Amino acid sequence: MCDYSRRDAFDSPVPLPIDGAAGPSEARGPTAVACGGPAEAAPRRPVRHPAANQLAAVHLSKTYRKGQATVPVLKGLSLSVRRGEFLAIVGQSGSGKSTLLHLLGTLDAPDGGAVHLDGERIDNLPGWKRDALRNKQFGMIFQMYHLLPELTALENVMAPLMIRQSVWQFLRHRRDHRAAATELLETVGLGHRLKHKPRELSGGEMQRAAIARALVAGPQILLADEPTGNLDRSSGEGILEILGSLNRKRNLTIVMVTHDQAIAERADRVVRLVDGRIEDE
Amino acid sequence: MYQLLLCWRYLRTRYIALASIISVTLGVATMIVVNSVMSGFTTEMQNRIHGILSDVVVSGPGLNGFPDPEAHMAKIREVAGDQIEAMTPTVAVPAMLSLNVGGEHRHFPVQLIGVDPATQSQVSDFAKYLQHPENRTGRMSFDLRDEGYDVRDHQAGADGLERPGMAVAGWEWRRRLAEFRAMPPRQEPSETGPFGRSAAALDSEPDPSATVDPFAAAPDRAEPEFDMATRQHTGVVLGIALASHRRSLGDGRYEDQFLVLPGDDVALTFPTSGTPPKMTNDKFTIVDFYESKMSEYDSSFVFVPIDKLQELRGMYDSVTGAAMVSSIQIKLKPGADGDVVRDRLRAVFPPHYYSVSTWRDQQGPLLAAVHMESAILNVLLFLIIAVAGFGILAIFLMIVVEKTRDIGILKSLGASGWGIQRIFLGYGLSLGAVGSGVGMILGLLFVRYINQIADVLGWLTGQPVFDPEIYYFYKIPTIVEFWTVAWIVFGALAIAVLASILPAIRASRLHPVEALRYV
Repeated sequence: MCDYSRRDAFDSPVPLPIDGAAGPSEARGPTAVACGGPAEAAPRRPVRHPAANQLAAVHLSKTYRKGQATVPVLKGLSLSVRRGEFLAIVGQSGSGKSTLLHLLGTLDAPDGGAVHLDGERIDNLPGWKRDALRNKQFGMIFQMYHLLPELTALENVMAPLMIRQSVWQFLRHRRDHRAAATELLETVGLGHRLKHKPRELSGGEMQRAAIARALVAGPQILLADEPTGNLDRSSGEGILEILGSLNRKRNLTIVMVTHDQAIAERADRVVRLVDGRIEDE
Repeated sequence: MYQLLLCWRYLRTRYIALASIISVTLGVATMIVVNSVMSGFTTEMQNRIHGILSDVVVSGPGLNGFPDPEAHMAKIREVAGDQIEAMTPTVAVPAMLSLNVGGEHRHFPVQLIGVDPATQSQVSDFAKYLQHPENRTGRMSFDLRDEGYDVRDHQAGADGLERPGMAVAGWEWRRRLAEFRAMPPRQEPSETGPFGRSAAALDSEPDPSATVDPFAAAPDRAEPEFDMATRQHTGVVLGIALASHRRSLGDGRYEDQFLVLPGDDVALTFPTSGTPPKMTNDKFTIVDFYESKMSEYDSSFVFVPIDKLQELRGMYDSVTGAAMVSSIQIKLKPGADGDVVRDRLRAVFPPHYYSVSTWRDQQGPLLAAVHMESAILNVLLFLIIAVAGFGILAIFLMIVVEKTRDIGILKSLGASGWGIQRIFLGYGLSLGAVGSGVGMILGLLFVRYINQIADVLGWLTGQPVFDPEIYYFYKIPTIVEFWTVAWIVFGALAIAVLASILPAIRASRLHPVEALRYV
């Protein structure tokens, strides 16, 4: 099984022929083979200059290994997202959509390739820097909502602020934080359910609380993993409307993965993920 | 911040974890109770021993000791005068005590100690253990008091044992005895009858019967000029256990029954200082009882005035005629170090002739045994808490598994591995705090009400838990030492935190993506 914690061992000095003007683009090839899938020799097509985009994936590869069987999920995928764009990535189950999203959000490290945010490479940053990025730059929402069951909706929304700040900082600003979280929950239509625990909320309400939580830290980019996958049509519609309005009104960059073409149509741009690569744009 | 909130929520919602710390609670409570009782007993015992013995003793060889105590005391003062508060000479010899109980003679081996009534109380708690309030005030005397002996154990407070027998003690009792003896038809051996005295006795009283066999019963002829109702022999203070025995009255009540009372006469037989020592004896009048509550001493100590004992034994230096003493008892100033004084004195007094020791030296083996006992008990009890630590470890590992997805969520929100670790370390700490806090309160309450609890247990089982027939204390002595409690609680907390380290590390190493996928 691939050992994710051994990421640093992959920092090989051999350069790859990838045009990454900003940030060091180092090869992960030789050692990546040992752990992940075979590194692609060259990009399939020219990659746009990473600095021109807010978020860019350059030639990403990722392989899961279970015992003897290796499952290559991403095979040299390249993708770029412009600032303020609402991008939908469509793919079948198991096509690697979630893996891609995790790599973009630095939750996981690629076996090969690089992720750039505002032209800076972020996938090889030390752990504490990636923790800070996830806390401040990325907001994430998941199919399973992923709220903390012990905390109320309001506390769940404030969780990123609690993580960022020390006890004293948080307590000093708790009125501001509470006001900000309350306002966000009102924005997503949950102003009346602040004190409810997740198990007392419906699926749609939980997902709206999750959106509020993703926004509370003021991120640049929202990464949404099948946000409507567990919801009925009308609840899902509500979530999509919220996402759409966030994109329009706050100029928030949104990357949403879904298996549903109809839902993907709500985005500005749709790309298809087929066989570990982006099929067309 | 989220660590605090989550710890608090976990603490309130995970009752199974609270169950795992019950053993911490019990361990802490037991340790506090055991330590309090042990240190209560130890301190009480040390106080008693220390009250009986003086801080430092300089003693001479054999039964005859050394001459000229004044010169010795001057020397001691010269060597360690800055540390010394008071000194007194004593003479100690083995002796045989003869009591007459209702016409029957009883003999007991005792330790006969000659003390200076004026200074003895300055070096030890001698006077505090006497039964007449006047004798306790520092004006101790070997004269029989009229009346007013304690009819209740004064050291045990308001609920001390009652001793109604002592109400008649004193001259009142002595007059009654004299009256009883004077009754013509009943001229059988009475309180003072059977005892004679040796020819060597340097008593000021005229004693025509001195050469007569001391055990020839001739009460009318013995001491015809000695009026028992108005005169006393030399005073003697008996250890209380020599003169009484404790008896259960059933239903938890006890009574001290006295064989003799202050006012009775006793005889003492002891060796003279000659070579070879010969036995001599004399009559003494009981003037008080000595109750240190250490049965070893209460059943063996007999005190008489030192000058009288020196006189009776002929303890005088053959050359200078100076009186000889067995030892000099030294009381140190508060805060002075007995070992330092002892070492200084040892340097001056040659060891082949004098022995210098502190009270701890004399009771060393006993005190060491008590310390050992207490140390072993503490180790065993602490193991209970250590076992509880493994319970916490197991439950925490389960909680980490249960919380896998939450850990993934927190990591996706930017929580660091160390931050996740702190949740579980903090949870362990708060569980430990709850466990040892409750344990501490339980333990302290138990100690506070230990005598009531012992009574209830005794009533339930029909067997007294703390039997005053065996122990001289009426209550279980307890001392709660702040630092002992603090260390116990700290140790329990440390074990709880240690047990949570491994689960915390496991939690922090979880991969966020796998943790998020965990169902």
